[in-house]
Amino acid sequence: MPLDMMDKAHDARAVKLSARGVRIDFWNDRIKRNLRVLDGVDLDVREGELLAIVGPSGCGKSTFLGAVDGLVKMRAGEIRVDDVPVDKPGADRAMVFQQDSLFPWRTVLRNISYGLELQRRLSSGEIRDRATNLLELVGLKGFGEHYPHELSGGMRQRVNIARALATDPELLLLDEPFAALDAQTREFMQVELLKILARAKKTALFITHQIDEAVFLADRVAVFSARPARIKAIVDVDLPGQRTLETKLQPRFRDLQERIWRLIEEEAERTGLLTSTVGA
Amino acid sequence: MTSVTQDIVEDDAQGGPSRSLWARHENSLLGLFAVTAFMLFWEFSVLYGWVNPLFTSSPSRIIKAGAAMVRDGSIWNDLAVSGIEFGLGYGLAVIVGVPLGILMGWYRRFNALLEPFVNALYATPRIALMPLIIIWFGVDMSAKVAIIFLSTVFPILVNTMTGVRTIDRDFIKVARSFGASDGQLFATVALPSSVPNLLTGLRLGLGHALIGIVVGEMYGASAGIGYMMQTAGATFQTDRVMVGIIIIAAVGMALTQGLKMIENRFEMWRVDHRG
Ligand SMILES: Nc1ncnc2c1ncn2[C@@H]1O[C@H](COP(=O)(O)OP(=O)(O)OP(=O)(O)O)[C@@H](O)[C@H]1O
Ligand SMILES: [Mg+2]
Repeated sequence: MPLDMMDKAHDARAVKLSARGVRIDFWNDRIKRNLRVLDGVDLDVREGELLAIVGPSGCGKSTFLGAVDGLVKMRAGEIRVDDVPVDKPGADRAMVFQQDSLFPWRTVLRNISYGLELQRRLSSGEIRDRATNLLELVGLKGFGEHYPHELSGGMRQRVNIARALATDPELLLLDEPFAALDAQTREFMQVELLKILARAKKTALFITHQIDEAVFLADRVAVFSARPARIKAIVDVDLPGQRTLETKLQPRFRDLQERIWRLIEEEAERTGLLTSTVGA
Repeated sequence: MTSVTQDIVEDDAQGGPSRSLWARHENSLLGLFAVTAFMLFWEFSVLYGWVNPLFTSSPSRIIKAGAAMVRDGSIWNDLAVSGIEFGLGYGLAVIVGVPLGILMGWYRRFNALLEPFVNALYATPRIALMPLIIIWFGVDMSAKVAIIFLSTVFPILVNTMTGVRTIDRDFIKVARSFGASDGQLFATVALPSSVPNLLTGLRLGLGHALIGIVVGEMYGASAGIGYMMQTAGATFQTDRVMVGIIIIAAVGMALTQGLKMIENRFEMWRVDHRG
């Protein structure tokens, strides 16, 4: 893998996340055996970067993110955030889950302040102020006293993102956060996410099944191989200028999309998930 | 934003003055009509001698008997005695059932220890324990409190336990991801998410408590609504028995309805609104 070389060639920013030889096994009760999910994942993510992760379904993307968050135990290898080894969840990382997973018994504002309440670092007044600011950041001013079930899917995912940002993490982990949204809302949310991240100045890992979403959002796209997963390739997204909805119309955008699609297709074919050709 | 305001507008359109009184209250009005018709039929059946009021009583006789009991004050004593028994028995069941249910739902080992007892007692009709309770507590108020407690504690306990046990795993993951300790996980996820089940348990427990009162007092007592019904029944005072039945039914319906309304407010927690 020329992975390290590539990074050094064009990027002098500090390494925010570094994963080395991450191996994860799960006990499978049906076959009474350990199932190897990740088999030596090496990855560096630089400060301020948005790295997208794509790969065949079930290859271990969520598992990897769980390991970075400290929720999933590794069998071997090491994950460091700001050079500190990860062994449990911490305030320097926050996860945005696929299902919006907001607490239905908490108002929007109190969902956002959840992490801060657990930390008991700030007074309740400070927590409220901070949550209110975040509410504004994600464009939901005035909805603080609503309950999640009173919001649309797109609004709920904004709250979900705000909840993760509340504890001011260094690293934002997003596991298919827009998967449940309709195509239109999804495109809109992609633009919004970029704005939010730019304003909040965060490093982010973003899992998605949607290749156009990965290319649109990411500085680089990591393609996972089929299970047991390693990093098959890292694709630099060298799109000029600001990302807007027009970006998706550029020929370069299509090229990148196709290249990533071919990489995933290769994996799928290699493992027999695909037999005939599938159009992009 | 739009969805919220739109909802309100639609509600207005439906509940507005354009809809007639009948359309808005159709169900309640039909129910009222049926009950009134039944009462009239009952009254006239007695009036025309189709049935013997000694067995069936009649609405006017029940009202008269009720008024007499209010006038001589006997009903207040019975109500107070039954009310205190109910309050103590049900209160004790909540105090014991809710924490035990939470602990059994949360700690696998604790559950394994107590499960055989809970299963056995939950499966037994608690009325079957009445003779034992009489032996232990005699026929005074404590026996009634005991039977009400035993009738009520298990539905409360079992439902609370189910609530704690069926917490959405996603919520646990979220809490853990934010670094929640065991205690915090418990307070911020386990407790609130089991509230709907807990309320269901309280409502089911209510029904069992009323059975406990009546049966307990019929078995042996010196006062209370159940006791009043028992003695009235033994002397063929059907009117007084009916008064007792109506009191029990009214109290049961009122309390159940009250809890049902609280439950409805929390119902949205149980429904999966995601996706
Ligand atoms: N807690 C667990 N216990 C046992 N096996 C698990 C567990 N979590 C995940 N797995 C298994 O690990 C493999 C990878 O799962 P993971 O959720 O990481 O995949 P994924 O790449 O995120 O898939 P998708 O794209 O469908 O979300 C799957 O085969 C899954 O069955
Ligand atoms: Mg996944």
